[in-house]
Formats: sequence, C-alpha cells, structure tokens
Amino acid sequence: MDGPHPDDRMRPAGRRNSQGIRIDPEAEATHRPRKAVLSTLVNHEPGVLAEVSGLFSRRQFNIESLTVGATDDDEVARMTIVIEEPEPGIEQAKKQLRKLVPVISVEELKPEAVQRELVLVKVSAELPDDVNAVADMYDGNVVDASPETITVEVTGSQQKIEAAVAAFDQFDVQEVVRTGAAAVERGADVLEDTRRKTTEVSDTAATPETATDD
Amino acid sequence: MNEQTPVSPPDGETTDADEQTTTAVEGDNHATTNDTVTTGAESVVAALEQAGAETLFGVQGGAIMPVYDALYDSEELTHITMAHEQGASHAADAYGIVSGEPGVCLATSGPGATNLVTGIADASMDSDPMIALTGQVPTNFVGNDAFQETDTVGVTQPVTKHSYFADDSDTVGTEVGEAFALADAGRQGPTLVDLPKDVTQGETDEFPGDPETPDTDNPPTTADEAAVDSAAAALAESEKPVILAGGGVIKADASDELRQFAREYEVPVVTTMPGIGSFPEDHELSLEWAGMHGTGYANMAVTNTDCMLAIGTRFDDRLTGGVETFAPDAEILHLDIDPAEISKNVEADYPLIGDAKQVLRQLDDAMPVAYEALDTSPADYETWRDQCAEWKDEYEMSYDMPEDEPLKPQYVVERFSELADDDAIVTTGVGQHQMWASQFWTFTEPRTWVSSHGLGTMGYGVPSAIGAKIAAPDTEVVCFDGDGSFLMTVQELSVAVREDLDVTYVVLNNEAVGMVRQWQDGFYEGRRMASEYPWIPQFDMLAEAFGARGFRLEDYESVDEVIRKARSYDGPSVVDAIIDPAENVYPMVPSGGDNGLFALNGDQLGDI
Repeated sequence: MDGPHPDDRMRPAGRRNSQGIRIDPEAEATHRPRKAVLSTLVNHEPGVLAEVSGLFSRRQFNIESLTVGATDDDEVARMTIVIEEPEPGIEQAKKQLRKLVPVISVEELKPEAVQRELVLVKVSAELPDDVNAVADMYDGNVVDASPETITVEVTGSQQKIEAAVAAFDQFDVQEVVRTGAAAVERGADVLEDTRRKTTEVSDTAATPETATDD
Repeated sequence: MNEQTPVSPPDGETTDADEQTTTAVEGDNHATTNDTVTTGAESVVAALEQAGAETLFGVQGGAIMPVYDALYDSEELTHITMAHEQGASHAADAYGIVSGEPGVCLATSGPGATNLVTGIADASMDSDPMIALTGQVPTNFVGNDAFQETDTVGVTQPVTKHSYFADDSDTVGTEVGEAFALADAGRQGPTLVDLPKDVTQGETDEFPGDPETPDTDNPPTTADEAAVDSAAAALAESEKPVILAGGGVIKADASDELRQFAREYEVPVVTTMPGIGSFPEDHELSLEWAGMHGTGYANMAVTNTDCMLAIGTRFDDRLTGGVETFAPDAEILHLDIDPAEISKNVEADYPLIGDAKQVLRQLDDAMPVAYEALDTSPADYETWRDQCAEWKDEYEMSYDMPEDEPLKPQYVVERFSELADDDAIVTTGVGQHQMWASQFWTFTEPRTWVSSHGLGTMGYGVPSAIGAKIAAPDTEVVCFDGDGSFLMTVQELSVAVREDLDVTYVVLNNEAVGMVRQWQDGFYEGRRMASEYPWIPQFDMLAEAFGARGFRLEDYESVDEVIRKARSYDGPSVVDAIIDPAENVYPMVPSGGDNGLFALNGDQLGDI
C-alpha cells in the first residue's frame, strides 16, 4: 500500500500516561496508590463472596482485606473491602462492583470512618507477666493460656493492631490471626439500599437495643 | 453430548429425582395450553416463550433432557440441533447481533456446558445479547463430582453478566425470564441459568412471571443535562472533531441518530470494528474504521483530533494501540451506558452516561445553543474535513494484482461486495481473512457485520452464518472464513445443509494460520512455528461430502462467475478460494504501537 512514510506524517504534540490520562509530555505524572474502604451491601445468597472475590482477582485489584457478615436484614449481608490502588483503580473497583447482580450498593467510606479490626496473637508463655503488661497497654484481653502459650485478643484501628502485633513480637509469636476491617461511617450517614423496587421491608422497627459496646 | 449412563443414582436407591422422573414421563399432564405448567422444565419453556424467544440452538444430553422433553410440546419455539455446543453458542451470539434480541443456546451439564464457554466469553467481550441454559446433575449430587458434573456457574461467572443456579422448580421459570431480560437490558451481554435435573423434572404449577431484570439492575437512560451541555460546548469549541462510533451505537439502535448528528454538524466519523455498519462507509464523512488494521486515514484522524466524541466503545487495545499515544491532543467525550467503561482505559474529559440513542438526541438539541454561545459553527471544521479528505487520498486502501502472482484475497472480497445485495450480512472467522473482509467490503447498514472482535475466536464463522441466516432468513448471508478458522467448526456445515440455509461460505485459503505467520515474519525473524499447514483438505470436495455445493476458485478470470454460481445456488455453498499465501494485512499498527505510525507495507513495519 502506498502513502507517506511514518516519519513524514502529521504528529500530535500531546501524550497520555499509562492510565490513559492526558499529561504534560515533559512531566511524567502517575497516581500513587492509596487505601480505600469500600462498604458494600449484597444479597445474602450463595456464591456472592466468590463472585466478588473473583472480580477482584481477575481485574487485578489489590485487596488488603475483605470481611463479610450478616446485617439486621436477613436477606442482606455487608462486605467491607479494603483495597490499595491508584485513584483510577479505586473508581474502577467501585463501578465494577456495582455491576454485579447481587450487589445492592457500594460506597467508599470517608477517611474518618470508624474502623475496627480484631487480632488474636498466640505467643510463648515463658514471660507471662510481660505478655500481660503488653496486652494491657493495648487494652487487650488474654483469652487463652496454657503452660506453653498465651493468646491475646486486641481490638482497634488498623494502626493499633499493627503496633500491638509489633509489640508482641518479642515473645516468640506462634500465630497471628486478623479479621480484617469492619467499618462504619460516623454520624447519621448510612449506606443506602439502591435497589430499583425495594422489597417489602417488614422489620421497619429498629432492632431491640443491644448491649452497649466498649 | 450423548449420555453414557443416566444421571441418576445407582439401582436400588430411590430418590426424589427418580420419583419425579416417573411423574414427568408417565403422567399425561404435559402442558397443552399456554398458561399452565406442570414441571420446572415446562416453566423454563414457558418463560422463553413469554420473553419472545423463537429459536434455540443446542445439543441434547443427559441432564438437559427434561427441558428438551418440554420443548417437544412447544409450538412457538424452534430448536436447531447443532453439531457441537460451541457452534450453538456462536450461532446464538450471531442471532443476537442480527436480531437485537437475546439468542438462546442450550447444552447439557459437564462437557456440554464447558463447550459453550467459548461462545459465552465471545458474547461477553462483544456485549452480544445471549442466554445460555445448561443442564446440571440433580441438586443432591452437586458437589460430589457426579457424572458429567462441572461447576458451570463457577466456570462461567467471569464471562457472563450473571450466572444463575436454579434450585427450585417453582421459581426456575421466573429466573430464566430474569436472565433473558438481563441479557437484553442496559449494556447487553450473555447470561446463564444452570438447571439441575431434579429442578426441571420437579413438579410445579407456578407459571413464570413476566421477564423482569433483577432489582439491583438499573441501567441509565438519559445523561445528566449539565454534562450534555458542557460536552456540546467542547465539541462546538473544537477545531478538529471526530466521532468514534463503537458497537454500542448498533446495540442501542442509534445508527439513525448518529448519521443525523454527523451530517448535521459535518463531523468526520471513524468506527471501531464492532461499530462497522453504524455509519455508511461510502459516505464522504466516513473514514471507515480505526485500530491495528484500520485505514490509514481513520488512524490519522484519531491521532490528530482535538476532540473525540466516542460512543459505545470500550477503548480496546486493538483500537487504541498504546494509550500513551492514543488521541493525545483530544478532549474525550465518552458516551456509554456502562459507567465502568468511563475512564477505564482512556480518561474521559466529558463523561456522558446513558443510552446512545437518547443521549445523541440530547446532544443534538444542545449543539445549536453551544455554537451560538461560542459564536462558532460546523463551518469552522472545514479545514479539518479537508485534511481528512486529503488523508483519504494519501492512504487509500489498495492492493497490487501482479499477473505472475496468485489470486489476491482483497479482490475476492471487493468483487463479492459489488455483486452482493446492498444489505447482505457478512460473518467471519478470525485472522487475516477477517481483516480483508472488514477492509474491502463496503458496509452501509448496522447489523450486517457479524464477527468475533474482543475474544478473537477462530471458528466463529461457520456457526455464526447459521445464526445470522436464521435471524434474517430473507437477507443474503456471506461468510468469509480462513482455512484455519473453517477447520475449527466445519462440522456445523452439516447443520446448514440439514436446515437448508442459503449461505455462501468463502474460504480465503492460504494454507496457513496467516495472521500468526504474518507476526512471525514481522516480529519473530520469520521462524514459522506451527503456522503453516503441510496439508489441508480440499474444501470444495469437503463441502460436497457434507451435502453442500463446492466451488474452487484459483484465478481472477473466474472470480465473478464463481461468486454468481455460489450465490445463485439455493442452499449452502462453499467457495475454496486459493489465494496468494504471501499476501499480508496492511495497514498495521504493531501491538501497543502508535496509531499514527501505522505501517503501510512490510518495509515500513521494519522502520517503526
């Protein structure tokens, strides 16, 4: 086929980065990854967890933790997903999640949202008093003790959990079990059910008051 | 798949499933009217009828037998037995493309279901409406690695809009209706319902409800007005605008709106490959299609535009080349019904989320206001339009026909395009022949280009022509195939003969997996590993053996005559066109390359 050689053609001046965003060709700019907490309501039915985790793995979203549990509505479960991605990846993750049929709603929680995680740390029982002292420092509870090991439970923010785990490091840690984050927006903000035709909600009355937490 | 052993427990053990079999087979209670059902299977059939399905493509087998048994009584549904389940899914996919309604395919559990997967994945990549129904072992066997058991929902979930596992005879029909509606709603795509045998055999008198999409599905319709206004202003302010029309234009039946918009505001139109037919290629504003093997002028336009109105496209890498160099000076106005496509691959400066037909109308209303506010007009694009016209001359699609070289494939395509009906439908396999067909056939109408784009499925051609012909029985259907692609699904010729389908197959035969060979020559120092066939069958004779009419085509002189004969044969015919094995596809943008630096020939490929 005939026609001008590539060197002899009109050329554009601009450039995009690898994320498809137009940039100043002289200055390379990319989004740094950040952490995002996605709170998600899903239909409480078999296969939902596989569907959500499959989405994250096949689209290569970097997942830090994923927790799932029941809500006050028997038919609805809540997933709290912590991901670490550049901004476009976080937006993609939210939009792709919303496309899944069993997913009811997806919101990214604000940075100041209440976030809690629980960790169980099993350490050597050689220095029980020291273990107790460290547990106290982190408002932890000893939940199991044997001649060989002590298991401590600590609840708190991710930073606190990480500090606690680091502090226990001196006691010959046998096992660390973390639950991943549970999180909820502060104040009156709640995650809305965005289903097209909301199914009859029978339990409009608030659930009975539960014991106040710590 | 023929079943070798029944999908039921060993002798001596009686289960619910067995008792239900007895009921279904012996009871004289098959549905005879349209508003009663007695089994889950009848409810499935009723749901399909209610949804407006007419034709099913499938293959029988053990676990799906109850559904087939219920089909025995259906007066509204026609079943086409395919030779292989992959053929069923491709035929259903093509039926969906041509008709605009979900195509339906059926298969049994295990291998039947897994054989469908290629076609389901193909439909997923191209957003083609399709519903797959698969048999499954009885629910009390699920998870036990029973005979012909596969976790079909698990296998297909990544390549469907949603895969359903039916677990209740009372609701199975409604679920099938929902899957059908979902396949058709918003951004179309495939859905699947897995049907355990005890659920389809199970008794129920629950007639399926009207097909409704799931309540979590809420596709957008019109775009935000403010977004439309600012997008219109961007277009009115631009100097070098281009419209990039994707497959979504066709899916949304928005071709008329696109044509009107482009003509009214005199904006050059480039299509993607799936968007072929959305805008007439013989119109002066048409630059045909962009991408790896797109026209030079389309690639020049998308590279140098300052404002791109992209409609119903997902900016696939075969279109964009490297995104770093894709339309780098352009503000992108991205209109799509799927919010997840916005800024996925290329950042949208002006996102327009909605249905292409409706949003194009909104934009059309907003344009005059925008021009007036900015004191601009479509006349301002004239320099740019002239530039595009100049590129059309400079980079004209052409090929040489030296007398001492074998028949060129481009000539065969071009002549057929001349001789065929204006609204003829073209289907293809995947490879060089697909590129020649899309480059040298002149497409003027939507739903006349039926191909495997995103997944690139060799073997798509033979069954897709069957699906297309059944969807449009009065329209001419031509399938261009390659020798490699043809051999992958040639068994479906038996179906075309049995169903007496008037389809013309043209095998552009270069005795090689030509596209791979072209890459080996270009990028692997000519090391032609596993890309050339030392021996292949004579396809004209093979066609005759199937009961089709076969023709052999080797020289320029007989091209018109053979095409005429093949077209006039009332039934499937196969033209074995022996083409120049040395011919390659150009223009070409190497994978991840810069669209503006396309190579026009092998020498230029070496220079970029």
